[in-house]
Formats: sequence, C-alpha cells, structure tokens
Amino acid sequence: MSLTVTDLSVARGGLPVLEGVSFTVPDGGALILRGPNGVGKTTLLRTIAGLQPALAGMVTGAEDRIAYAAHSDGIKPTLSVAENLIFWAQVFGAGGIDAALDAYALAPLRDRPAGALSAGQKRRLGLSRLMVTARPVWVFDEPTVSLDRDAVAMFAGAVRAHLKQGGAAIMATHIELGIEAEVLELAPYRAALDAVDAFEESFL
Amino acid sequence: MIALLMRDLRLAFRAGGGFGLGLAFFLIVTVLVPFSVGPQSQLLTTIAPGILWLGALLACLLSLDRLLALDWEDGSLDLLATAPLPLESIVSVKALAHWLTTGLPLVLAAPLLGVLLNLAPPGYVWVVISLALGTPALSVIGTFGAALTVGLKRGGLLLSLLVLPLYVPTLIFGAEVARRGAQGMEVTTPLLMLAGITAGVIALLPFASAAVLRVNLR
Repeated sequence: MSLTVTDLSVARGGLPVLEGVSFTVPDGGALILRGPNGVGKTTLLRTIAGLQPALAGMVTGAEDRIAYAAHSDGIKPTLSVAENLIFWAQVFGAGGIDAALDAYALAPLRDRPAGALSAGQKRRLGLSRLMVTARPVWVFDEPTVSLDRDAVAMFAGAVRAHLKQGGAAIMATHIELGIEAEVLELAPYRAALDAVDAFEESFL
Repeated sequence: MIALLMRDLRLAFRAGGGFGLGLAFFLIVTVLVPFSVGPQSQLLTTIAPGILWLGALLACLLSLDRLLALDWEDGSLDLLATAPLPLESIVSVKALAHWLTTGLPLVLAAPLLGVLLNLAPPGYVWVVISLALGTPALSVIGTFGAALTVGLKRGGLLLSLLVLPLYVPTLIFGAEVARRGAQGMEVTTPLLMLAGITAGVIALLPFASAAVLRVNLR
C-alpha cells in the first residue's frame, strides 16, 4: 500500500504555507523534500504524520503506518538507552531492540543514562527508535542534524535496509545520503499570501 | 498502556522525578499550621480536617505542571500522539501515574499528620477515606489543566488559576466528609457526592483532556 498525498495545503500558525502538494511514495520507495528554511517542510511532515489537520487535500495510506522522527528525539535523560528503546518498542507492540541498537552502534552504550549521551549519540538513539516501531512508513525531519559522517552512513544504511524490506521513507534533508530517492522541491508550492492592499500597507 | 505507566512511575522515582515533593510539601504545610495558629489544641482539632484537605490539594497542585510539560519539551508527546495508543488513554494513564506518585502517598501520610493537628480520634478513618476517594479527582482534573496549558512557557501559574476553581466541589465535599467524621456525625450524603464527583470526572474529563491536547499539539 503506497502513501499518497493529493492536493495538500498546510498552514503554520494560521497562515497557509504550502498549497497543492501531491506525490505518491510506493512501498520500497523514498522521497526527499527540499526547500529553503520556512517553506513548510516540518509543517508538511507533521500534517502527513497526523499531528495537525490539513487545510485542504488528502493523505491516504498514512493511518497507523507512520513512524515520525521530529526535531526533538523524545529521550528521557534519566532512563538508560535500552530503557528508552524498550519503552517505545512496548508502546508500538513491536519486538526486540537489539537490531536497532546494532544498526546505530548503540550496543556499547546500552546501560548508560540517556542524559549522559552526546548530541550525536542522542540523535542516533532517536533515529533507532523508528526501527522498534515496526511501522512501514518512516518520516524524518532533518535526521542528520548533529550526526558525524559515520553516523550518517549508519542512518543511510538503516533506511536502505528498511526500503529493501518493502518499507517507505519520507525525509526533509539537505544532505546527500546516497539513497535512491525521488526529490521533491517544495519552493514552487509556496502558498501565495493575500496581497496587501495600499490601505493596509500604510499601517505596516 | 502498562508500558507508559511503568515509564512514568520509573521517571518519577529517578533523580529529579519529583516523587516525594508533594508529600514533603504536605508535611511542611501541616507542620506550619500549628505554629501559625498557636498552642490551642481545641482550635486545631476543629480545623484539622480542613487543613489536611487543603494541604493535600495544594500538594497535588504542586506537581501538575510537570505532568505533561516535560513530555512536551523533549518531544515525546508528539511521538506518543503518533503511537498506536489513543490520546484518551495516554492522559488517563498519566493521571493514574500522577495519583500513584502524589495522591496515594498523601492518603497514606494523612493519619500521621492528623496527630500533629490533634485530629479527633473518629476522624482518622474518614480523613483517609475521603482523601482516597477525592484525590483521584484532583489528579484527573489536574491532567485536564495540564493539557490546557501544555506548550505555554511558564504555564504553571495559569495552570493553578485554571485548576483551583475546578477543585472546589471536591474540596467542599471531601472536607465535609472529614469534618463530619471527626465530629461523629452522619457522613453518607457528602461521601456519596464526593464519590460521584470523582466517578464523573474520571469518566468524562479524559475525553476533554485529549481534545484540548490535540488542539495544543497542532
């Protein structure tokens, strides 16, 4: 089942930012969103993940199939790395955490409190969370922030393995990951703001 | 759901989790009252049920601003909202975890602190019963307030202003049960009212909390 977005319009803070976005991500496919800061990448991803309603348009094939990785990783600093992951595995009713720990080289840090991890290690923990959700569509918002080159390779490897198993991925990123993916440039979909007329302009 | 409850309990017991904060506050308030009232054991006996209830209520209030705000700050609330758990059960479990870490210790500590306030002997049972029946409502109403103010910087004061008026019915009937019990009077009517408020609040408010949380997460 593929994820299809049809004529989607999204708003941030009450103002429309993107209009008429349409794309399809088939199983095993990946889509990379690009665009300048503020164009609405995060807003679009949050809408696809179901965290906010769309102004118009439809998202099909997303219901209960999306694992969302936001800017912040949702890590509890007083729990250990393993405890953090086990919690999410239990919430999503998925299996063990060993594959996720191995994929991001977190096994040696297993029992360390997550609060004692470096920024990059936290990010790796946050990304490894998606592997324990058993959800087919992975949605990433700037996944490579604070990752070094090796960690980016780990991430790309994990996504590639996921795609090979028939999963799908949507990500907003500016880094070349070496993943075969379609690229969607969002700038052309920028919503036209209502023109400010001369009367209003005199008050600006 | 059990995973979420266990996580919240574990977080509360770990460093900086805030377990015992409410209990310590309750202890201090009830110790301060005899100091401020002076050595009049007769007067203390009269006001003891009310003081115990007010102290428990304020102690509950103290830990509310951490209830959802911490999960909001580190992003786990967004992630939980996309998890298979419905938001209604998430807020219910969070309220339950809050009660287990805040309300329940207060209930258990109340008879001990009753001694400090020279509570009349028949009152001990009724203070415990009324708190056991009433504090779950405080946690559930508090979760609603926390959901309303989640995402606001320094939302703690606003949270108190929103939640305290909602606590009034529980306080009135809870303290009434304790007062009547201490004086050896009939307690059935206020007891039923208190239980009714708690049952109604537990049944209805999680839906309201989940609805405002959905709006606030946008």
